[in-house]
Amino acid sequence: MAPDLRVRLGSTELPNPILTASGCASSGRELAQFIDVSKIGAIVTKSVMLAPRAGRPTPRMAETSSGMLNSIGLQGPGIDAFLQRDLPWLLSRGARAVVSIAGSTVDEYAELASRLSDAAGVTALEVNISCPNVEHRGQVFACDAVDAGAVIEAVRARARHDLPVFAKLSPDVTDIVAIARACVSAGADGLSLINTLLGMAIDTETMRPALAALTGGLSGPAIRPIAVRCIWQVRAALPDVPIIGMGGVMTGRDALELMLAGASMVSVGTAIFHDPSACARILRELDEELARRGIGRVSEVVGAAHEIRGAVGHRIER
Amino acid sequence: MTASEHDSETGPLQVRGTVLTVRQVDAYHAITIVAPGIAARFKPGQFVAVAVGGPDTSMLLRRAFSIHDVRPDHGGTVEFVFAAGGRGTRWLAERRARDVLDLAGPLGRPFPVPRDPVSCLLVGGGYGSAPLFALADRLRERRCSVDFLLGAASGDKVFGALTARRTGRSATITTVDGSLGVRGIVTDMLGQVIHEARTDVIYACGPMPMLRQVTALARRYDIPVQVAVEESMACGVGVCMTCVLPVVGSDGITRMVRSCVDGPVFRGEQVRWDDVGTIPFDAFGAPGWEPKLRRVPAAGSSAPKRAGTPEGSAESAPKAGTGGSSSRAGTAGGSGGPSHRAGAARRQGHGA
Repeated sequence: MAPDLRVRLGSTELPNPILTASGCASSGRELAQFIDVSKIGAIVTKSVMLAPRAGRPTPRMAETSSGMLNSIGLQGPGIDAFLQRDLPWLLSRGARAVVSIAGSTVDEYAELASRLSDAAGVTALEVNISCPNVEHRGQVFACDAVDAGAVIEAVRARARHDLPVFAKLSPDVTDIVAIARACVSAGADGLSLINTLLGMAIDTETMRPALAALTGGLSGPAIRPIAVRCIWQVRAALPDVPIIGMGGVMTGRDALELMLAGASMVSVGTAIFHDPSACARILRELDEELARRGIGRVSEVVGAAHEIRGAVGHRIER
Repeated sequence: MTASEHDSETGPLQVRGTVLTVRQVDAYHAITIVAPGIAARFKPGQFVAVAVGGPDTSMLLRRAFSIHDVRPDHGGTVEFVFAAGGRGTRWLAERRARDVLDLAGPLGRPFPVPRDPVSCLLVGGGYGSAPLFALADRLRERRCSVDFLLGAASGDKVFGALTARRTGRSATITTVDGSLGVRGIVTDMLGQVIHEARTDVIYACGPMPMLRQVTALARRYDIPVQVAVEESMACGVGVCMTCVLPVVGSDGITRMVRSCVDGPVFRGEQVRWDDVGTIPFDAFGAPGWEPKLRRVPAAGSSAPKRAGTPEGSAESAPKAGTGGSSSRAGTAGGSGGPSHRAGAARRQGHGA
């Protein structure tokens, strides 16, 4: 029998745990040329800000071994255009919309939460407090437990009570569990792990940094072990907090790995650049991986790697 | 990697195509792939985005190549030309018949073609000339005359010189080392060719400095020019926001637009060449950009127009390959200006 892939996200039931990762699917429209956006768990939108934003100069991207660096700088049309154009489009296609929000002050985050709470059809908010690309590096909230908590508290206060708020954390911290605890204490309903890592590449031909912004966020399979580690640590410390896992997932097996570490949903990011139909493929592969192991419900594998040895093995032998 | 579940008639497809041939053409490689749906939908100027390195590749970003040619055999083939300069393109050059490649296409907005039979000059730099030959065929179908002006560093790097000489009403070749044609660069000869050919419209494809100069000269002669830009891309389908450049819209507002879906063909004068690689201070959403304007709808805004900037259509991402707007060429190209859908596609391997 086909495994039951359904997962709950707040009050919404998602048909499966495969999501897009913020910033890798725009607002879904382009991908709809290649996949049915209603068939994946949800579209996590590119982070939306209050005002339109032009982003960073080019070059914005550098390929690295099994990864890439990006410094897009949150280019986007702003919340008005998003509400007017992008959100209605997603809903008209039957897709579930998890809206990523980003701001440079606590008030901006709160304002965005309020605007999106007034709009019908938003499944959840993912609060991007960890993007290492924003202009003022000192203002990366995700690197400070107090600042991170302050954003989440403000968002939680202004978001509709039944709208789940997920905090997206940066792995560029000494103790990700401490940040996770601060966000959960501040009211986060769940956590998204992990954002990109700050990296840099130098073009040896021009002998200059490869990116105009000098540094950028590293993503792709190169960072997957870090994602697995972060998810594992947070799951061990906060076993009841739902986690959306992301970081270098290229295949259904990779998605399964993040779920075994503790993620109940998995976002697919950089893989989309490599393969615009990656989400549909990974969903199919995850289904096959579960079926091959005789696992009836995807929820059974969430955090299963933490279980005492034998508990999972028993199931495989069955 | 199935074909799209949501094909429109003209949208891009993702297909696994079988390699038919890989051949060396002077300094370049040309690869032909069986890709029926892509061939059928292709319009000159569009491109394909190709995954490189095989399964479990460490090279995650697709490489984008303008389509050089499509043919009906084997149900439809596409051919593109590349220089094997990096890891990804070297891997491509090592493909053999019956290998399978994952490609998405046709992507981007094609070259707009004139409604009337006018005199068209096609300018190419290096293998930037690759997409111009399919365009030439299309223009001749419209009873336009086609003149070529192709240039490169040396004779072996002028792609398609023979075809240009065989099929063009005229063909002018320039090389920096003088090994083929006239010694110099294409823009040295542009004025002379325009006079002799009584050019009404220019199409150009090649390195950005060349496009910039061609645009400047075309403006001097008051001739409409369509350029296919080369910007580094990562996805080719419009989601990654890597390939942006500052382009002035019909409302006079500069936006950072994606060359993969809003281009790669733009009207030359729409591109702010001096500001490529930067975020101009007056660009939509730039730091300090007037936030009070943000609720003003883009079209029909009262923002002042840049002098000499005719109607354009580069903003706001229309769907690739579908019929967009078709405002007329507003300049003295005469009755034969091309319609102004920014068109299609090209660029090569990201760092490859």
